[in-house]
Amino acid sequence: MSEAVAEKTISERAFNEMLDEGGQVRPHYRAFAQWLAAQPPQAMAARRLEADLNFRRIGITFSMAGDADGTERLIPFDLIPRVIPAAEWRWLDRGLKQRVRALNMFIHDIYHDHDIVRAGIVPPEQVFLNAQYRPEMQDVTVAENIYCHIAGIDLVRANAGEFYVLEDNLRVPSGVSYMLENRKMSMRLMPEMFSRERVAPVAHYPDMLLDNLREVAPRNIDDPTVVVLTPGMYNSAYFEHAFLAQQMGVELVEGKDLFVDQNTVYMRTTRGPQRVDVIYRRVDDDFLDPLTFRGDSALGVPGLLSACRARRITLANAIGTGLADDKSTYLFVPDMIRFYLGEEPILSNVPTWQCSRPKELSHVLAHLPELVVKEVHGAGGYGMLVGPTASRAEIEAFRARIQANPAHYIAQPTLALSTTPTYVESGVAPRHVDLRPYVLCGKEIRTVPGGLCRVALKEGSLVVNSSQGGGTKDTWVLEE
Amino acid sequence: MLSRTADHLFWMCRYIERAENTARMLHVNTQLALLPRDAAVHRQSWQAMLRLFELEDDFAARYNDPEPQAVIHFMVRDADNPSSIYACLRACRENARAVRGSLTTELWETINLTWLTLLRDLDEGVLERNPEQFFEWIKRRAHLVRGVTENTMLVDEALHFMRLGSQLERADNMARMLDVRFHEHEALAGGGAPAAQGKALDADAGEFYRWSAILSCVSALEVYRKVYRDVVTPSRVAELLVLNTTLPSSLVALVRGVRESLARVANDRSAETERQAGLLLAELEYGRIEDILRGPGLHRFLTNFLARINHLGTRIGSDFLLPLSA
Repeated sequence: MSEAVAEKTISERAFNEMLDEGGQVRPHYRAFAQWLAAQPPQAMAARRLEADLNFRRIGITFSMAGDADGTERLIPFDLIPRVIPAAEWRWLDRGLKQRVRALNMFIHDIYHDHDIVRAGIVPPEQVFLNAQYRPEMQDVTVAENIYCHIAGIDLVRANAGEFYVLEDNLRVPSGVSYMLENRKMSMRLMPEMFSRERVAPVAHYPDMLLDNLREVAPRNIDDPTVVVLTPGMYNSAYFEHAFLAQQMGVELVEGKDLFVDQNTVYMRTTRGPQRVDVIYRRVDDDFLDPLTFRGDSALGVPGLLSACRARRITLANAIGTGLADDKSTYLFVPDMIRFYLGEEPILSNVPTWQCSRPKELSHVLAHLPELVVKEVHGAGGYGMLVGPTASRAEIEAFRARIQANPAHYIAQPTLALSTTPTYVESGVAPRHVDLRPYVLCGKEIRTVPGGLCRVALKEGSLVVNSSQGGGTKDTWVLEE
Repeated sequence: MLSRTADHLFWMCRYIERAENTARMLHVNTQLALLPRDAAVHRQSWQAMLRLFELEDDFAARYNDPEPQAVIHFMVRDADNPSSIYACLRACRENARAVRGSLTTELWETINLTWLTLLRDLDEGVLERNPEQFFEWIKRRAHLVRGVTENTMLVDEALHFMRLGSQLERADNMARMLDVRFHEHEALAGGGAPAAQGKALDADAGEFYRWSAILSCVSALEVYRKVYRDVVTPSRVAELLVLNTTLPSSLVALVRGVRESLARVANDRSAETERQAGLLLAELEYGRIEDILRGPGLHRFLTNFLARINHLGTRIGSDFLLPLSA
């Protein structure tokens, strides 16, 4: 057994959302901390058990690649919420909307006139050689010029408490169902907290989403038909697809339920073909249309792209948004905001080194043990190196991979993500968290207060992804 | 609604009915096994059960004697037997999961919890410790699923496809059970058509228990008493279970339900299916048990009924459930 070390761990150094430097409870956590202190440990244990049983009964599970026979896992839910004061949220909200507005303008520009490239702000190779660039979308007009209707922007808070955007998720961001179910669970388990505190509600998200989707229908009709397209029940996010379709009261379809005739999309119903106007698709670009993208895809709909080009269907999100959420495009987002909106970015990027640039590459290689290195096209916390927690051998293996293909990697300083008290086996301890607010774009840009808070349950871990042992928390934005 | 959704709903309901039916049959057989009868008779009733599900060969391929423990294991736990309670509830839940967005939250949770509890109970040996309790539990869960369905689902197309699934499955199961039991009865009575004589069974206590077991199996023993106020005779049992329109599990009541649901989901391809359902219903509504027993005999009548019910199922599949191309 090793003695406790005097040196502070990364979790102790990090910004604590609940306690200030002096160990005092921050004002916006006061009511919760008081309530928590008054709870006997057995009562909290009973609540945790109840949450677990409920999530299982509701079937809020996900399956992972590699799990035998589709084992369904629960994403651990932590009872202690992340609390955000109203003023802080207002500021974040402005920053999020600004960012997503600029990102949509960027995508539109890239698939039309390329102003930002001509202005020399984004280099042409960044756009046109990007694997996520879809030449098929060049000059295709989409409803309201919106490409990214649903965005999930990952925010982290580091060091002294400043916020950074860690990632923009503009393809098929998931997790919003957990945000909604977590809220239901905490209202069920801690009803008295909701009468003491004015917690901004989030349950109207599905209605907002449906409004948003109907606004971007390709033809001007009163009652456009919206569907949710899922890869099927074995997809890890299937619960969410079914949940959102149900909450919006629209059909949940698979590729085989749809067909395209004369550039019009229909679904196969018990009463014959029915026209579809808007598809909230949770299938990646690559699998959407076997005639254009991967020919072996059984998840897509042959002819969908041409229906899209003919403006007979709206896909949300549009094809080709991946270009803008690529980790190397990320670097340019602050410049996009300045270029398209003429504003200073409200939210900052994490300082990032691009390994494709020789100077930055040598800096990265010299500082690997301190850095986080990510694949440019990676997602889900796979294929990344967290220097401070990696072994020497892992670092060397990663070094070889970076050197073999520098352009595939970016690096960032290891941010000591802020922590929130969290239930762990030994009691309550600080664990690192991030925040994914969801931003909806239709005729206007909308958010619900808060978002999904993900927590790294392993001690010292900075990776919050559920595939890497992360859990979730409810996020409370306090109204004034 | 989506054809695929209708298909999942239809099968979800068929599977829960099938699980319940299996539980009911096993339950009655375990009760009969408590009666003082000789081993050959006991053995026969387990054998009859396998024949009813058309599983004699499957069973023989993997088990030895149809002794009670083996049959129960095969019909409850065996994941490779598509008619086992385990396999039926798994299929029910998989179908439900595929369309959980079309189910009310309460219905989905009822089905999901049934499955999760089944796993736990099988794991903890509830079946072996107390088979009666286990079979009762399955019955109650099926009742609960039906109750939650009828009380929370919108009365729309989705519900009608669910009812179609339930009713066809129950009609199929009921007809099979009657057929096998009557066949058994005729064999024991040495051929001929003793059922036609309406012979009272009080002379033969074993016979009494056999017929009352059939009635309890479909929860109709008290109903029988109420309707006939008399001793249990095979021909009345047949009349009650085939032709009594007021008994919800009678063949005529089930076919009536099928015809009604079909009328509600009708599309431009389904006229012939509706006609066939209507014809079958008319035959049952205006049929008399004496004519059935004297004419074709119950066995041929039921064989014909099963063929027609299964044909209706196939037609419903091609009219509504299979994805059509443009």
